Amino acid sequence: MTSDHISSLRNPSSIKTRFAHRFVLALKKLSMDRASSSVSMADRYKRYRKVRAAAYASMASSVGPKRAWARALLRKIRNRKMGSNLMKRLGSRTGLLKKRTVLKPRNHREMGSEQENSLRELVPGGEGMEFYRLLNETGHYIKCLRAQVKVMKNIIDLYSN
Amino acid sequence: MSSRRPRSRHSTGSSRISDDQINELVSKLQQLLPEVQNPRSRLGKKSATKVLQETCNYIRSLHREVDDLSERLSELLANADTTQAALIRSLLTQ
Repeated sequence: MTSDHISSLRNPSSIKTRFAHRFVLALKKLSMDRASSSVSMADRYKRYRKVRAAAYASMASSVGPKRAWARALLRKIRNRKMGSNLMKRLGSRTGLLKKRTVLKPRNHREMGSEQENSLRELVPGGEGMEFYRLLNETGHYIKCLRAQVKVMKNIIDLYSN
Repeated sequence: MSSRRPRSRHSTGSSRISDDQINELVSKLQQLLPEVQNPRSRLGKKSATKVLQETCNYIRSLHREVDDLSERLSELLANADTTQAALIRSLLTQ
């Protein structure tokens, strides 16, 4: 399993396979859930959010813990999910709960350039990284995003025929 | 090689990562960006600022694409009948 993980870092096509597998499983689960065919706006929106979260979570899981952006993305999705579950139970009192821990950035070089800051916001986990690491993670993140888009398009094509 | 050099916490000129390494990563990023066919742009290096700017734009457009595809998938899920569910299941057992 380790060699599979290592080769997947360099070989994007196996990432696609792992992602496709996880994502289709997640979609199947979603389609079996309660009112998955509801047409109300609220339900449609919730469903869309779940599909999107499943896509990002499946990709991040397939990438594995070695990539900081993947870890950060999974953390974010789980926090959001926990937050929304708590909201259902506690109603209006969840404003007091901290849903995310903000890590104090160490060793991050503040060039302060507008582009760098935008990039930090766009790449999961980008806030606390050294600039060099940020560039590295960004490259990998883009490759995986592209793979994710391709697979999602393929699934849609398959599903709609 | 001195292994006891204290880690600098502030941005100074003497960073552990050389500018060359940064430039290498920047040009790797440039290669990832979709190529814009522009007869006026000269082939080769773009400025780091430009590359970062275009990288941000590219990531944003990829995010939007994921949003759009998620929406379409979500609608397909809603309309899927049992035949399609069986198709997906059979894909998984291959």
